[in-house]
Amino acid sequence: MKIIVCVKQVPDTANVKLDPETHTLKREGVASIINPFDLFALEAGLRLREQAGGELQVLSMGPPQAAEVIKQAIEFGADGGLLLADRAFAGADTWATTAALAAGVKALGGADVVICGKQAVDGDTAQVGPGLAMRLGIPQVAFVKGFREVDGQSLVVERQMDDGFDVVKLPLPGLITVVREVGEPRPPSLKGKMRAKKYQVPVKGAADMGLDAAQVGLAGSYTQVVEVFAPQASGEREMLGGAPAEAGAAVIDRLVQAKVIMVGS
Amino acid sequence: MALIIDKELCTGCGSCVDECPFEAMELKDGLARPNDQCTLCGACVDACPEKAITLEEVQRASDERAASHRGVWVFAEQRGGRMPEVVGELLGQGRRLADDLGASLSAVLLGHQVEGLAAELMALGADAVYLADHPGLALFDDDAYCRVLAAAIQQYKPEVFLAGATSLGRSLIPRVATAVSTGLTADCTGLAIDLERRLLLQTRPAFGGNIMATIICPQARPQMATVRPRVMKKGPHEPGRQGELIRLEPPAGLTPATQVLEVVESLEEKINLTGADVIVCGGRGLGKPEGFDLVRQLAEALGGVVGATRGAVDSGWIGHAHQVGQTGRTVAPKLYVALGVSGAVQHLVGMQSSDHIVAVNTDPNAPIFKVATYGIVGDLYEVVPAMLGRLKELRG
Repeated sequence: MKIIVCVKQVPDTANVKLDPETHTLKREGVASIINPFDLFALEAGLRLREQAGGELQVLSMGPPQAAEVIKQAIEFGADGGLLLADRAFAGADTWATTAALAAGVKALGGADVVICGKQAVDGDTAQVGPGLAMRLGIPQVAFVKGFREVDGQSLVVERQMDDGFDVVKLPLPGLITVVREVGEPRPPSLKGKMRAKKYQVPVKGAADMGLDAAQVGLAGSYTQVVEVFAPQASGEREMLGGAPAEAGAAVIDRLVQAKVIMVGS
Repeated sequence: MALIIDKELCTGCGSCVDECPFEAMELKDGLARPNDQCTLCGACVDACPEKAITLEEVQRASDERAASHRGVWVFAEQRGGRMPEVVGELLGQGRRLADDLGASLSAVLLGHQVEGLAAELMALGADAVYLADHPGLALFDDDAYCRVLAAAIQQYKPEVFLAGATSLGRSLIPRVATAVSTGLTADCTGLAIDLERRLLLQTRPAFGGNIMATIICPQARPQMATVRPRVMKKGPHEPGRQGELIRLEPPAGLTPATQVLEVVESLEEKINLTGADVIVCGGRGLGKPEGFDLVRQLAEALGGVVGATRGAVDSGWIGHAHQVGQTGRTVAPKLYVALGVSGAVQHLVGMQSSDHIVAVNTDPNAPIFKVATYGIVGDLYEVVPAMLGRLKELRG
């Protein structure tokens, strides 16, 4: 089975604190990490490879230093990878991102299964996986939380929905996006670390894959950010003092008064 | 294309360095300079007090679709004949947008034997309902649903297309947007119309909710967005309101690409955090797994459901399905009660658009108080019993 896992390098938001005064992000010294959801995608890929055999490649688009996340994936056990790095890719929305990634999948020789994390924690769109599936013309199942059956022709997976889950059979080649329940990532192996140290990450630009610069990056994007602003702390705030018993009763009274909760007729 | 920094105007003040969410701006020789981390998000453009930074205008291929597409469409998601609340919210917001545009509002409904829902969609404000009723659409399949929606969009050419940012919507709609070659904005919390350019202004939280971004899709049509549930207001419900029913002809031999073998309504997931009016959330401040008994009691008394922070879930006190926040569910109930929740960024992102937030925490500096409507600094094991007592008293 040929497996391609898409990974993204993101700022480590988990170690970021809010500035209590300005309610904005304290950004000093924020490290770059592999998108946490992509670690679940990688784990899912490694489990698939264990069951079905074959090889696992990782694909990323980002600046040259994003080669780090591919090396990291190799520490976890990936067989190889490809980094799509080109100034022309900068500023891509999800439409332009999937254009590059689809070309990347083809440059890797295609796949039986493409796996993405459900979303990246910097953008939170969850759009790249399904968009990539459409670009590749293959079926998809998003928000996969577990595998039931794996064979060369299909996967039977559990898809998380708002009111429960579906058991879905996905014919291959196909794409899945995964959520956390699919399995906690294993620790990197010593063998993997040795390999990663020596591994030279292959890099391709737009032209290498036959993509016109107008199809990718900001120029190839349909959407455009026109304004960025700090979220407004809306509404009034009140700290309720006094003894805990008084404050507890007082907050209920406030909520009743504001008709947030109903008591009797 | 790039960020242009006017060397004459730049004073090297560093405002852009502080404001950049991606650590992509540096000061070199007293002048601002972007590095390879730059995503061209534009945050520095607004931050610069000297107006020294501009984003170079990008020449996009002209697209005739902006002139030919009219009307607002709402995707009427249904599972097993039941529509989530967000469909009504989308129709409420869609009505306002359509009125601003002087256009009509339509709902598009896919499924099998779901025609009965059309009247409800009209009652909720749809002027027309596009209906695709076919056995191949009985169960959700991204590919089959996408093919029918894409064909309908190409035939009827709406200028705006909205769907709920539900599990189903966030799976299906990116595929549809790609199929019809247009832009899509995820999980919007604000929508407005720029009438002069007939543009949908789509506002959403980005970078983990720490910044808000307004996004447009200037040329391609439709302008597509998924919309966070419980943010938009429903319109009036007018039973008997009339509308036009337009049948979509699904392609011959439509069969789903994937096969749904089983639909499991899981009690665990059915907590349905996203649809709850009231959520009582427990954090690590509970101190012990039994603390959730108190959380449950309060949730029950308030007619709500139980949520949890990642800390509480990771401690094994409660199942992951209860988790609110960036790696869990994003919620916006009428009332959110945070008990022993400190308010990590990832948690705040997932709940800060709730209407009313009550926070109880022993630490007066806990970030949760920054978003709380009512804050109580104190021991939750004293405060919550008092809340329960007062509720009982008032209810007699």
